[in-house]
Amino acid sequence: MDFHIPEEILDMKRTIRAFIDKDVEACSRQIEEEDRIPPHLIDKARELGLFGMSIPEEYGGLGLSMLERCLLLEELGRANMGFVTYIAAHVGIGTTGIVELGSEELKKKYLPALASGEKLGAFALTEPDAGSDATNIKTTAVLKGDKWILNGRKHFITNAPEADVFTVIAVTDREKGARGGFTAFIVEKDFPGLSIGTIEKKMGLRGSHTAEVIFENCEVPRENVLGEVGRGYASALRILSRGRVMLAARCVGACNKLIELSARYAQQRVQFGKPIASFQAIQWMLAEMATETEAARWFTYRVAWMVDQGLPVIKEGAMVKFFASEVLNRVADKAVQIHGGMGYMKEFPVERFYRDARITRIYEGTNEIQRMIIARELLKEFEV
Amino acid sequence: MKIVVLPKQTFDTEAKITLDAAGKINREGVNLIMNPYDEFAVEEALRLKEKHGGEVTVVSFGGPKVPDILRQALAMGADKAVHVGDEGLEEIDEHTTATILAKLLRDLEYDLILAGWRAIDDGSAQVAGRVAEILGLPMVNMVIKLDIAEGKAVASREIEGGYEVVEVPLPAVITAQKGLNEPRYPTMKGIMQAKKKPMQKLTIADLGLGGEEVAPKVRARRYYLPSPRSQGKIITGEPAEAAAELVRLLREEAKVV
Repeated sequence: MDFHIPEEILDMKRTIRAFIDKDVEACSRQIEEEDRIPPHLIDKARELGLFGMSIPEEYGGLGLSMLERCLLLEELGRANMGFVTYIAAHVGIGTTGIVELGSEELKKKYLPALASGEKLGAFALTEPDAGSDATNIKTTAVLKGDKWILNGRKHFITNAPEADVFTVIAVTDREKGARGGFTAFIVEKDFPGLSIGTIEKKMGLRGSHTAEVIFENCEVPRENVLGEVGRGYASALRILSRGRVMLAARCVGACNKLIELSARYAQQRVQFGKPIASFQAIQWMLAEMATETEAARWFTYRVAWMVDQGLPVIKEGAMVKFFASEVLNRVADKAVQIHGGMGYMKEFPVERFYRDARITRIYEGTNEIQRMIIARELLKEFEV
Repeated sequence: MKIVVLPKQTFDTEAKITLDAAGKINREGVNLIMNPYDEFAVEEALRLKEKHGGEVTVVSFGGPKVPDILRQALAMGADKAVHVGDEGLEEIDEHTTATILAKLLRDLEYDLILAGWRAIDDGSAQVAGRVAEILGLPMVNMVIKLDIAEGKAVASREIEGGYEVVEVPLPAVITAQKGLNEPRYPTMKGIMQAKKKPMQKLTIADLGLGGEEVAPKVRARRYYLPSPRSQGKIITGEPAEAAAELVRLLREEAKVV
């Protein structure tokens, strides 16, 4: 057992913290008001190398292990969740497919530009009738000559308006369905027949844009099949399972920030002649926030470590996504409560975290689906 | 062009200063950073290297955590680092530090020495000046713009009511003032590469120094914390009355007018 974090990773965390607390923080209100990330922040994130976290060094990335990625994403989690989502959706579900399942040609073609952040990756599985029930997707892909022709609509696609490279799951054999009938494709935004719908108006995650991706006889070269034809559903599950632990890490980072804000505010806010931090009601909330976060943190590290060891994490990945996102929602709720009326005002960042936290229980697999996976795996273990 | 930068490790600007049982500044649990003025110096060295080619060496004297700031400079893009440890030195002053750094610099090749104009901890602004003096080099202090050409440095510095532009032959010592540049962050790749770059560890004995040569000339007799700021007073009422009350208080209580 060794809980020691390598010096190099601590140095990286220090840089990310400085970037978040200084540069991103300075634009935090602007991001909220304009629903747009100032380009200089994205440039700086590129320079720092944040977009290449999960891409191997030979393709220009940092080649970090899952545990190392999670340690960095935790630090990034302090920032506006819209900004973090922009980077994390690329690092996670947006590029994992090519990294883990791509042919050498696909890797060489796409990864260097994705690693530098010059190009942005996105993942397109969800459809209007296929959210939690991802097996119900309708988008089709038919092979014609040396091209696959895609037709259909993907919706709620994070980063769609800005993305350059999509990992798309489509039906290639209706009869077989999810069991051998889905295939994953790498689709560039400029391929003929691809268009982006209008940007959704969301409750939060300002700065991160979500939209439909529409395929109308969209032509995809044959070599852009990701993995094997017919293995698309397994690929999607694999991509999502990698994303889960990284999402947990971001939740922990947001909790860290909320605890910091709340502990400071509680010592400054005076009521009944004393700082509210001296009241047990507030202390209990702070203690619960910190304890639950600590549990989520070490659970996240543990699952990330399991991924690095090549151990199966179907159950644990679902557990950590479910647990960390629920912890974040409880922590955000208490943070608002500690801030009282001010917690409800847009002047204070806790209001933003409270809205943004809500999506973590929904996206990248709802927490209900995570519970189903956990129970299914558990019942398998003790099958009678 | 060979540039040497002399960064110092200092307390974080947000560190809470306390005194220990012996009445000395408590270093326990304090976050340590590169002195912000030295970050400007490192950044300037890297920009000059990017423009003119060459090599940047960072040299720092101090305790066991100093490699942290040297690694930061290497991650930002410096080429090599030297850490002179403070083992065996109970007390030091600016004379100690300058003597040690100057001794080391005699063995290094350089065209330019850069440092922050002062450190944010003791704020003495002496070490770079003393190093220049010992080495017999020209020095320009508190520089906000620096150009190097044909063996000369042209440096701008802020003076009362304007700017002064100074030209000095190289090698020279230049100290950085806020405004010189905006220091870069070390990139993730830079951090990964930093650990592969050479970092030399020396002791004072390795430099052939010891005893009286490095003994401090100045000794702090006592440290004490500033007295806590007393509560302000808010004067309420109509503006005219409040102003009159303010004047009365300034005259009678504060006795400043």
